[in-house]
Amino acid sequence: MAVSNIQVSETPLVLYTLRRADDALVLGHRLSEWCGHGPMLEEDMALANMGLDLLGQARELYSYAAKAEGGDNNEDGFAYLRDVRQYRNLLLLEQPNGDFAGTMVRQFFYSAFADLYWRAMIKSRDETLAAIAAKSEKESAYHLRHSSEWIIRLGDGTEESHARTQAAIDHLWAFTGEMFAVDEAERGLIDKGIAIDTVALRPLWLKTVSGVVAEATLALPTNEWMQQGGRSGRHSEHLGHLLSELQYMQRTFPGLTW
Amino acid sequence: MVTPNTQLWEVFIRSRNGLAHKHVGSLHASDATLALQAARDIYTRRGEGLSIWVVPSNAITASDPAEKGMMFEPAESKIYRHPTFYEVPEEVGHM
Repeated sequence: MAVSNIQVSETPLVLYTLRRADDALVLGHRLSEWCGHGPMLEEDMALANMGLDLLGQARELYSYAAKAEGGDNNEDGFAYLRDVRQYRNLLLLEQPNGDFAGTMVRQFFYSAFADLYWRAMIKSRDETLAAIAAKSEKESAYHLRHSSEWIIRLGDGTEESHARTQAAIDHLWAFTGEMFAVDEAERGLIDKGIAIDTVALRPLWLKTVSGVVAEATLALPTNEWMQQGGRSGRHSEHLGHLLSELQYMQRTFPGLTW
Repeated sequence: MVTPNTQLWEVFIRSRNGLAHKHVGSLHASDATLALQAARDIYTRRGEGLSIWVVPSNAITASDPAEKGMMFEPAESKIYRHPTFYEVPEEVGHM
């Protein structure tokens, strides 16, 4: 690759903002991979719409991270010129799309969290994060509704759609714990009222998820062991492939514009 | 793989308060809830709507184009039914 990675001074606020920005970018990119491949035209558009919502969130968060860092980095640099180990997104969101059920389960698990998360973040003492939360909350609420409706129909649909959706739940379950993990850097921001304590969101999340899963005649796994690592840059093999596609143009033609 | 037969729906959007819902197109969805979501995703992406109706296409009874002579031509000669003989003040707006 012709262009070297940017260096980021990850103060707690920069790190915190980048984690949320990377979540939105990585999941948004995954959804964009469906463009032109959706099971039907209507759903193709719905997936792209959700992807664009997330891309919009990512842009605002990257811009704010750049401002909070106060250096030369900008949103494009964060997106295009950081390597796998510098990405801070949840492992759940970089998992490949799989089949439609897999994509919907991933979206459902994350949106059920994001809906609670952004609604709580509206009260953040950080004005910019609170404003981003107010906008994102409406988007996440719709993503949750859309994915919930599909989980119910897939689970309570045919034998095959039920089996595929259950398989996706079983596979992705171990990636859900990371959404509720809080480390030292975040603890300090929580104490200042800038961040919210996601540990407290888990019972609410579980209630939403259990309700929909039960209605879908599906079952949640009972295993408690959870994968972690994305927040500190230890990713699955899938993120590297995703980034090679996402970053190819800027790495090959530095500074390229439309 | 055979494409399953999903039901066809007609979509009506009301763009502003005070205006009527207007037909904007159709879409495929397996039930009313998903039809409403698909309508939102397809027809209101540029801020077109305040309210959406979806109606199963097969619930619509349509006039037969072959009968248009009988149906519509008798009205054409009755010019006195058009409100063209008085002026509507601009302040009235939409009637």
